[in-house]
Amino acid sequence: MKTILRFSVGALLSAALAAAPLGGAFAKDKVKIAFIGPLSGGNASIGVGGRNSAELAVMIRNKDPKAKYSYELFSQDDECKPNVGVQVATKAAADRKTVGAVAHYCSAVAMSTVDVYHKFGLPMIVWGAVLPDITYGNDYKEVHRVNGTMVNQNEVAADFMTRQGFKTWVILHDTTDYGKGHNAYFSKFLKEKGGKILATFGVTADQQDFTAELTKAKEMKPDVIYFGGLTPLGVRIRQQMDKLGITAQFEGVSGIVSTAFLEGLDPKLSEGIIALREGAPVEKLPGGKYFMEQYDKAKFDQGPDAYGAFAFAAATLLLDAIETVGPDRKKVTAYLGKVKDKDSITGPISFDDHGQNTVAAITKYVVQDGKWVLWEDSEYAAGKRKLAGR
Amino acid sequence: MDLLGQYLVNGIMLGTIYALVAVGFTLFFGVLDVIKFSHGDVLMVGAFAGFTAALGAAALGFTNPFVQLAASVLFAVSGTALLGAAIAKWLILPLKNAPRLNILLITLMLGTALRESVRLFYPDGSNPKAFPALLPSTAWQFGNFTLRADSALLVIAGIAVIVGLHMLINRTRLGLAIRAVAQDEETARTMGINYTLIVLVTFALGSGIAAVAGVMNGLYYNEVNFGMGLLLGLIGFSAAIIGGLGNLYGAILGGFLFAALQMIGAVALPFASAYKDVFAFAVVIALMGWKPTGLIPERSSERV
Repeated sequence: MKTILRFSVGALLSAALAAAPLGGAFAKDKVKIAFIGPLSGGNASIGVGGRNSAELAVMIRNKDPKAKYSYELFSQDDECKPNVGVQVATKAAADRKTVGAVAHYCSAVAMSTVDVYHKFGLPMIVWGAVLPDITYGNDYKEVHRVNGTMVNQNEVAADFMTRQGFKTWVILHDTTDYGKGHNAYFSKFLKEKGGKILATFGVTADQQDFTAELTKAKEMKPDVIYFGGLTPLGVRIRQQMDKLGITAQFEGVSGIVSTAFLEGLDPKLSEGIIALREGAPVEKLPGGKYFMEQYDKAKFDQGPDAYGAFAFAAATLLLDAIETVGPDRKKVTAYLGKVKDKDSITGPISFDDHGQNTVAAITKYVVQDGKWVLWEDSEYAAGKRKLAGR
Repeated sequence: MDLLGQYLVNGIMLGTIYALVAVGFTLFFGVLDVIKFSHGDVLMVGAFAGFTAALGAAALGFTNPFVQLAASVLFAVSGTALLGAAIAKWLILPLKNAPRLNILLITLMLGTALRESVRLFYPDGSNPKAFPALLPSTAWQFGNFTLRADSALLVIAGIAVIVGLHMLINRTRLGLAIRAVAQDEETARTMGINYTLIVLVTFALGSGIAAVAGVMNGLYYNEVNFGMGLLLGLIGFSAAIIGGLGNLYGAILGGFLFAALQMIGAVALPFASAYKDVFAFAVVIALMGWKPTGLIPERSSERV
């Protein structure tokens, strides 16, 4: 289904592009921008949601008669694997017609591709990856990010969870930079708030069996099992917790805030799971209503998922830059470096000297009846339902 | 104590799956002296066949989980058995007199082809699939120890398959023929055993058992994905090697030993549990250095 859609959108787009010189009064120059994200694998729902959202930004711009160029989105699948990410990033960056990129949900992939963008001088905007080092670990002028980092997310998470009265944690994290980052920041903030970590387990990013780790965790009787990692592992760990009869509260990170996580689990198992994500939810965003209307109109086969709005904002920002300074990588990079208080559907964007957007609203989610619900709007906050062990 | 029980149950579950995979390797090596590297991917194909059949049965209106389960296992085993026999007939038997390395390579490539085909041609095949939970999820609590009905049933089914295979090999005429071919091909032929047929049946048998392991894996983890055969195949192969390639009991022992090593690696050792596979494989290497022919070597010495 997805491939059919990809083809049909691609076909429509190329048909539109082909028709433009004939039908239009004058031919606009074609400009390519790249989208990179996990379009297959366990994180595909996030990736395809992001791709659709970036596609939507391009479609809206191509319909705008005032636009100076006609745009083409070159979308690539990084499979959430660093080696594949480097390949496709190189492919995009080596194509001189590509002016910029909107790239990466998986932090481990972004960590290994930033060097590629820098080497080729390709300006790029991260739309979903949250590891701080992607922007702060280098001085690359090409690298920007519209979403927040995991630092703020874990600070709020530690504060929030200790306030709920939880005292002891067992931490599981995947051993990529992403999971290790979550573990490091969450542990740091949790200790400051007085929470106690009973044990920490690093697990590989494609591990299938967690019974050994979880059995050990069960013995320690923690209030909370924290998992720093992405959706596929999150689903497996929650399932195996149930198999072992572990009743502790399950707390995840932004990496599990996705529709695929809920689809992978029985609603009985997902009920009451907590996860935090940086950025406000779509419906509460300044331009959220406009975005959802446009998205629905485009009739994609799945929703934008948790990071679609950021992908849309990133793509729109990149297109604005090209409109203003022309399809030139160096000029676009210079333009992005100076972005201050620029309006977007996710709120004003300001990049600091590392290209990091300084906006850092954090949203707390809890799963209620098989849906991610804002903590403040949930029956848990109202006291009608209780978290595990409370 | 109850915790030890929990580890034991987890280990037995994993060990059963590994043993089922290892048994296939050992069967193929026994009759033909070949190592079939596509075994893990054949298992994956079996798991996907089972998954498809379960969904198909549900779509046809059979809501009873046992009917779905039966359809799943039946379809997976028969489909994969056919696939195994086909591999033997058209890829392995024609290469019987070629250097051993060629068979190794051809099955290695076949495995990649199977894996990529499922990824590309199965609908939405690159994404993990949620395998339906077809077994009762009742759980019994004994203090800290939780025993789930589905895990228990899976272990029982797995052990039943292993015992069944043992009976088949040792108590039936077919088993006698398989053992005869394994011991000496030419003598077996002169005794009137249909050599080709026995080879095909053995490959069908080994592959069918892999399908059982695949479906078990799907039921246990509630997930199947196109890459699942890669690590399982490798673990099954290692288990067969440390047990002693060509020996049925060796394969079973190897499977459980490997699961035990993984458990120890995750639980009892001071370093991060992410290294449990590193630990398990390191011990396998050490064991192979100590006993190059495996813990229970094949009786005939010519293969050393």
